[in-house]
Amino acid sequence: MTIIAAIRVALAALRLNAMRSFLAMLGVIIGVGSVIIMVSIGEGAGRAVEDQIRSLGTNVLVIRPGAFDSGGRRMGAGSAPPFSEADVAAIRAVPGVAAVSGVVTSTYPVVFGATNWTTQIHGVHEDFLTVRDWALASGRIFTPAEQRRAAKVAILGATVAEKLFGAADPVGAEVRIKNVPFTVIGVLDRKGQTGFGLDQDDAALIPVSTMRRRLAGGGRTIPDRIQTIMVKLDDGANSPAVQAQIDQLLREGRRLQPDGETNFMVRDMTEMIRTRAATQSTLSLLLGATAVISLIVGGIGIMNIMLVSVTERTREIGLRMAVGARRWDILVQFLIEAVTLCLTGGLVGVMLGLIVTVALAQLGAWPVAINPMTILIALLSSAVSGIIFGLYPARRASQMNPIDALRYE
Amino acid sequence: MSAPLISVRHLVKLYQMGDAEVHAIDDVSLDIEAGEYVAVTGASGSGKSTFMNLLGALDVPTSGTLMIDGRNLGEMSSDELARFRNRTIGFVFQQFNLLRRTSALDNVCLPLLYSHVSHAERIERARHCLERVHLSSRAHHFPSQLSGGQQQRVAIARALVSNPKILLADEPTGALDSHTSEEIMAVFEELNAAGITLIIVTHEPDIAARARRRLVFRDGKLIHDETARP
Repeated sequence: MTIIAAIRVALAALRLNAMRSFLAMLGVIIGVGSVIIMVSIGEGAGRAVEDQIRSLGTNVLVIRPGAFDSGGRRMGAGSAPPFSEADVAAIRAVPGVAAVSGVVTSTYPVVFGATNWTTQIHGVHEDFLTVRDWALASGRIFTPAEQRRAAKVAILGATVAEKLFGAADPVGAEVRIKNVPFTVIGVLDRKGQTGFGLDQDDAALIPVSTMRRRLAGGGRTIPDRIQTIMVKLDDGANSPAVQAQIDQLLREGRRLQPDGETNFMVRDMTEMIRTRAATQSTLSLLLGATAVISLIVGGIGIMNIMLVSVTERTREIGLRMAVGARRWDILVQFLIEAVTLCLTGGLVGVMLGLIVTVALAQLGAWPVAINPMTILIALLSSAVSGIIFGLYPARRASQMNPIDALRYE
Repeated sequence: MSAPLISVRHLVKLYQMGDAEVHAIDDVSLDIEAGEYVAVTGASGSGKSTFMNLLGALDVPTSGTLMIDGRNLGEMSSDELARFRNRTIGFVFQQFNLLRRTSALDNVCLPLLYSHVSHAERIERARHCLERVHLSSRAHHFPSQLSGGQQQRVAIARALVSNPKILLADEPTGALDSHTSEEIMAVFEELNAAGITLIIVTHEPDIAARARRRLVFRDGKLIHDETARP
């Protein structure tokens, strides 16, 4: 008997007991469907987190002042002296560093006409957008000349622009920050929330020189103070080596012992990505285990119904043997029937899973990601479970004695 | 003279029933020539069904030899027996054993599914066999839409479709009324007249009386082998 003929016979047999076949498939349908849904949501969530991490800029080091240790009295993070322009310049020269920007942040009200919005004002260098992988929606970044003369120019985050200007284009308009008039020269692309729910678009960028001279007023000890230094590494740069160099530079600048405690922190974003990857693989393992369990449960349902079918069709089996079917033919016939059941269940399950996933994405605005590989694996494993759980009933059918089978009532 | 189509020598079939051994077939020897019309009779439990199963290659003898069409059934593997049943034997059963919700034509095609015959040829041959049993007009009916006699004719067509040398019928009229039985026997005799070897197991004397040769079994032994004069 050819495989095609066997499939035709299998489909006919399943159609004969459509309701029973459907109920038998239900286990596989629900199993495969729920796996598709879980994997899509899990992967969607994973990708959302990844995007957030990426939105901070990939391959980025963040350097902050550490704890200030005053005769054993430790003041806590951020209490150590800030950095300076000299630190930024020194780091810029380190091989493997693509771009550097100092950051000084304060919160001030921004006023346009009759509306106002209090937001974070970041004083930054021109390279800030490169470091953060952040694009402009319109306008331009400030020039080195504007940086030098502490020009009163500002780039608004998408949220700030919306709060103050609505749909209008703010480029060229004049806003007042802490009562200082600034010309808006650009608007940032929307970047969304951070992993902690902070709106990154609720911010405005101005030259760091302007920040110091016109808004914050330079620090007393270091007039060119920098709070945070953000460093973007070259693609493929050796992050630990670069970190070690920066560490050494800053120790020298701050007159610290080469091996002693530091009063600054260097944070690596790739660490976060690595942590997330580890979480993801644990999640995948869990989902995999769930999938296996649901396929086993579904497969047992299939085996049960196949055993019933084999018993019911004992006479048919006897007849087929009498007219020339070999044991192998009978085995293949029932195996194909089981696989057809499982695969049909798998297909329906995939469709159901996709429908629910899409519905979840639409209704709940959940981040979902449908991976074609998942679908393929789900279908493949439902077929494999058909073979595994169909084998026993099929073997039982093929081992029947034709005489007894023919006389079976 | 050429070798007979069926040659049975000291055939024994033992069944184990608990502690006791039962001789279902006890030292039977006989020959059946090609084209013969044989009735196998006997009371129930006489061994006639076992004899039938052995002839049909559904069962293997305990001892003795069973040569059919030049082949020794006792030496064949399960797969070879299946192939043998497919090519050499056509079965007709008391209960028709048609596949339900399967058209008459597809029922007739069934043996060809196991013998590498193309779809087109299967249909062609099945149609031809339905013609031979005068049932062409019912090719696409399901068994449930056919009368008992028509169902049995579909079963005969199925037995014919692989051009077997031997037609084995096990109580073929047992489930039919006398008028329909007459019809079915007429079909069988027509086929026998066309050359096929016909062996009918029956306990009905008037059916057995139609055959040219009668084999009577009792307690596993062949007690009577009578050929009517033409």
